[in-house]
This record gives sequence, structure tokens and C-alpha cells, in this order.
Amino acid sequence: MTPFASLLAVELDWWQSTGIRLVFALVAVLLPAGATVYLYLFKMVSFMQSRLGPMEAGPYGSMQLLAEVGKNLQKEDIFPLRADRSIFALAPYIVLMSTFLLAVVIPFGPEATFTNLDTGIFFALAVSSISVVGILMAGWASASKYSLLGGLRAAGQLIAYELPLILAVVGVVIQAGTLNLQGIVAAQNQQEIFGWGAIGNPFIITQIVGFLLFMIAIQAELTQTPFDMPIAESELVTGYMTEYTGFRFLMFFIGEFATANMFAFLGSVLFLGGWSVPPFVTDLLGIEWDSPLFNVLGPLVMLVKMLLITAVIYWVRFTYPRFREDQLQRFAWKVLIPIALVNIAVTGVLKVAF
Amino acid sequence: MTAISDRRQLAYVAAQAADARVNVELEAEGMTLNIGPQHPATHGTLRIVARLDGEQVIAAEPVMGYMHRGYEKLTEVRSYPQVTTLVNRIDWLGSFANEVPFILACEQLMDIEAPPRAQYIRTILFELGRISHLTLFLGDLGVQLGALTPVFYAFRDREHVLNQIEAATGGRFHPNFDRIGGVKDDLPAGWIAETKQVLGKIRNFLDTIEDLLFGNEIFTARTRGIGLIPADVGLSYGLSGANIRGSGVDWDLRRDNPNGLVYDQADWKVVTHPDGDAFARCWVRLQEVRESISIVDQLLDSMPSGPIMAKVPRIIKVPEGEAYVETENPLGVMGYYVVSQGGLTPFRVKIRTASFNNMSITPWLLKGTYVPDVITILASLYFILGDIDR
Repeated sequence: MTPFASLLAVELDWWQSTGIRLVFALVAVLLPAGATVYLYLFKMVSFMQSRLGPMEAGPYGSMQLLAEVGKNLQKEDIFPLRADRSIFALAPYIVLMSTFLLAVVIPFGPEATFTNLDTGIFFALAVSSISVVGILMAGWASASKYSLLGGLRAAGQLIAYELPLILAVVGVVIQAGTLNLQGIVAAQNQQEIFGWGAIGNPFIITQIVGFLLFMIAIQAELTQTPFDMPIAESELVTGYMTEYTGFRFLMFFIGEFATANMFAFLGSVLFLGGWSVPPFVTDLLGIEWDSPLFNVLGPLVMLVKMLLITAVIYWVRFTYPRFREDQLQRFAWKVLIPIALVNIAVTGVLKVAF
Repeated sequence: MTAISDRRQLAYVAAQAADARVNVELEAEGMTLNIGPQHPATHGTLRIVARLDGEQVIAAEPVMGYMHRGYEKLTEVRSYPQVTTLVNRIDWLGSFANEVPFILACEQLMDIEAPPRAQYIRTILFELGRISHLTLFLGDLGVQLGALTPVFYAFRDREHVLNQIEAATGGRFHPNFDRIGGVKDDLPAGWIAETKQVLGKIRNFLDTIEDLLFGNEIFTARTRGIGLIPADVGLSYGLSGANIRGSGVDWDLRRDNPNGLVYDQADWKVVTHPDGDAFARCWVRLQEVRESISIVDQLLDSMPSGPIMAKVPRIIKVPEGEAYVETENPLGVMGYYVVSQGGLTPFRVKIRTASFNNMSITPWLLKGTYVPDVITILASLYFILGDIDR
């Protein structure tokens, strides 16, 4: 019995439930991506930079994104003369695939999840690194030196920052005692901080080091400034995306921002309590913490938490200059990974002690 | 039909030839990367041919001249008053500063001295040009290093300065305001008070930039120790301006040889930095804007009254002779060598621009650096394409 079937209390065929999931996956990936791009990339950043941002398309430029999509769909699909055509064409799909695969395990409510894998977080971190393959393909197949440099930089960077990302999450896994994302949500809602359980135990409090490491690592994984060496527009034009136009460029664009959302969803599940609200709220309302109501409310709660995390991502992105390649690697291996290892050791000791 | 198949054939041949070139390239040591002529970091059409080993630059060569406009030749068919319009476009961000040395050279040949008020107005506009020029540099520095926000603050606050220049001269970018024997107009009413307000805004901007960029760890990590120019090497390549003052050489023509500008009437100091790296050059420019603000502030207070034009004949003929005048422009030392044969037009004008010499050090400087540092170094050397290829 699939989660959706139980939600709707009807028996569904396999293809029916798959179709519904597909529609929901598209909504879950594209809608928040559009929201964050408009809210943050267009508007928040404009206000940071003392300008208004898009104002013409729709009220306060809210339809600007549709205009951009329309513009990109009209553009000619250009292949560079010496490009490896099939790989060049395939690369954006692989990047986008990794985003959608990441969405598969993220829980939006007690039953509102695409699949509830026992090794959810493991799966999420594994599929998130598929995008490296796509980026490397794009960089290599473009037959452009800037793309090549960008692709190789991306490969080095994404692999280096995979490690602190995983190690930062390990602390959470130790504390929750499970790899299942629903289990991690439940752990945060049901545990207490030294006997005080009004807000549960969101791991951002006890795993603050892990949270900071996670934020830095996803900033690098998403190649956002200060870690945007692969697309460094003042050096490499736009790195591995240099030769892409039209729809394929749009796919890279969607991939970039949708992946940012997916990581933010993951962060809110791991550190902010996921779709659940603090116990004192549910006590006030007199409902169970995992009542079926949260299949509807959960996505909204997740959206709010995701917007908080993405706000930080874009705030940092438009504040800092970028690192150099070697400084970036040194930062990962000499600073982040030792801190993450210490964090794991301390978490393990405390877990046994309490 | 044949045309299409011919074209296909040609494309195929071209692709084969390109593959052959790639193969040759792969066998040779390193990879050649053309940074420019169309590249976001060269703000114009500068081309740097860099030979890379991985990301390390083995050899780099700047290729200049994509924007050569033949100004030295063009001046020979312009009458003296017309030349200022032309040379405005050399360093387009500090336009007024381009006119001044030429006018000073002509005045030297004609043995005219501008009245004191004109000299004050000249100096004030010269320094306002420097302020707007370097304000944009400080914002653009962020973009080159990946911080996108400061440049918007720079554009916003530079606009106030440009408004003042426009209010005084009528031209935002290209004032064309300097005349042989004085300046075109007097300052408009209320200009001095407004300018003082604007200077306050720029002071705030400088504080913001100092916090936002110069206090940032990533910025310091990216610029400290990068692009080291020892003082003797810098001097032997003919560097000038903030680039050489960033290497600890205490040389500023505004103090050492003011040439009819009234810098000696204000109390200010020449900023130097001993390090000689990219950070030092940027820091010197930041402090220089502060000094410029203080110069303008003091000159506005002590502005004398009186005429703004000396007695000059209606049709200007410069007597036979040669004169060389150089001034400390925003980018460095700019000089005009004017040769006159007594006619309506100059016989020959040699223009010495700062950026050309500042760029000539790049082959020496870029050797052994990494690609990201190439951008940092170019940004810190600060050139304007029009100033390189005049």
C-alpha cells in the first residue's frame, strides 16, 4: 500500500500511483525552485544591492521567471563545432536527474513521501554526487578551454566537499540512531533537551557544529560563492556552462537552484525538525505530532524551513568574494574535515554518556 | 546544392584541421588559453595569451591594440581647442584629467598662466574625476574577485560625483571643460555646498568598502602576497601611480611637480604601502580617494574669487616650440609631448599614458601564477582599455 493510496483511502494501480508521484515530484522540485529564484535571486539580492530587481513582468516582477523560461525556450540550440554532441546533450539531464533523485527520499509529512527508504540519508548523499558526472561531461564535451577548466575545478571541488558533508551528517545520524529520514524527524520531535521538551530536540541546537559544517559544505556542493570556482564568471566566463544556450542552459539553471532547495529540504529535515512542528504547538492544538493533518501542513512547514536555509545560502552568496582553487581545497581538508571528525567523536562519546 | 555540400566539405576540412591543431597542442607542453579579447575580466578588448600547465601560467603575453584609435595622429588635424574633445576619450572614466596635461603643455608654450580661480576649479574637477574613477575601481574589484554586491554601491555613489561634474561642466563623462588660459565656465550657484554633501557620501562608501572588502578574510587571502612587484622592477618597467606607490616608492607628481595645479594649497599626504602586492595597490587606491576628498574639501573652502580666463587671442596659435607636461592621473602618470610649428594644429603630439606602461609588466608578473590570480593581478593593476590603446 503506497503512502498516497492510504492518504486518499483508495486502491491505486501501480501506474496510477507512479503517475501521481511523478506529478508531485515535479511540483516539489520546480515550484520551490521558482519561489526561491524569485524571492531571493531576483528580489532579496536586488534589495541587498540597492536596486529594485525585475518590476515589469507581472506585479513586482513576479512573472519574470516565466519570461526567462520563455526566452530560453525560444533560443537556438547551439552545439559547438567540435563538441561531443551526444555527451554535450546528455550532461544537463544528468545534473537534473540528481536533483530529482534527491527529492525522492525527502519526507514532507508522516505519509507524504515518495519512498521511505531505511537508508534515506545515505541514498540522498549518494545521488547528490551524480551531478559531478554531469558537470564533468559538460565541461569535457563542450570543446572549450574555459569549460574544461571549469569542469575539472568542479570535479575536484565537489569530491572534496562531499566528505565534510557526509561527516557533518554522521553526527545527526549518531544522535538520532537511524539513517531513515522519517526516523530523524521523529527523533527530533520526541527527544528532549535535558528534560525540557517544549520544542523537542531540533539537532541545530545540539549539532550546531554539524549544522555549520553542513551549510558550508552545501554552499560548496552547490558551487555558490564563496565556492564558485567552477563557474567563476570573471575568470572562466561561466565555466562548464559557457557553451550552453537555450533549453539546456535552462536545465543547468533549474538544476542549480532546485538542488539548492533539495539540500535545504535535507538540511531542514536533519537539523530543523523536518515537517513536524514543535511539541508545544501540537499540544496547544491538541493533535498528535504525526497526525494525518501533517500530510497537508507538513509540506508548508517544510517550505518555510527550506526558505530560511536558502535565505542564508543566497545571503552568503552575494556577500563574499570567492576562494582560490588551492585555498578551497586546503579549507576542506585541513579545516572542515578535522572539525567534522572531532564533532563525530564528541557526539559519539556524549551519546554513550547520556 | 553544390554550395551546401561545399560548405559541409569546408566545415569538415576545418574540423579536421582543428583536430590536428588540438593534437599538436596536446603534445606540446601546456595549453594555450586566450584570455580575451572578449572576456569579462578584461573590461574591454585586451587579450592575454597565457600558456598554462594545469592552472599555472607558464608564460603570458598581453596583446594590445584591439582598440587603437589613432589619437596621436588625429590631434594633428585638429585645432588646439578641438583636441580636448578628442583626448577626453583616452581614459574615459577620468576624462577631465586627460585634458589637463595637454592644456598645460599648450599654456607653457604660449606662456600663459590661468588665473588662480581657474586653477582651483581645474584641480577640484581633476580630483573629482579621480574620486569617481577610483570609486568604480573599488566596486569593480569585488566583481573581479567574485563579490557581486560592492559594484552596485560603487555605481550608486559614483553617480553623485558624476552629477556634480555634470552640474559644473555640462558633461557627465566627457566634460571638455578645460580651455587654454582657464576653464569654460564658472561654477554654478550652490555647487560648493552640494559637492561637500557628496564628499560625505563617498566617505561613507569608502568606509563600507573597507568593511565589506578589505576587512574580508577571503579578500585578504586572495590579494595578500599575490602579484608582488619589487620597487626596482616596477620602476624599470615604468609603472606609475598607485601601482608604484603600492611598492613603497614615494613618488606623486601632484606633490613633486604640480605644474600649475594648486595641490600645494591643500594639506594632504602621499599614501604608500611597502608590500608591493595586489592588496597594497588596492589599499593605496582606497586611501588615495580619502586624500582626494580631503584635497577637494580644503580647496572648496579656500576658493579665491576672480576671473576664470586669462587673456587669450580668439584664434589660438601656439608659438613654435616643444613642451612636455605630465600630471598624476587616476591611473598613473599621463604626459603630453606637444611639438608646435606655430600653426593652428599641433605638428606632433606624443601621448604617454599610464596604463600602457602598467600593462607592460604583465609578462614578468604573470609568470608562475595561477589563473584566478591572473584576474586578481589584472584587477589590481587597474587599466582602462582606452588608456592602453589610445
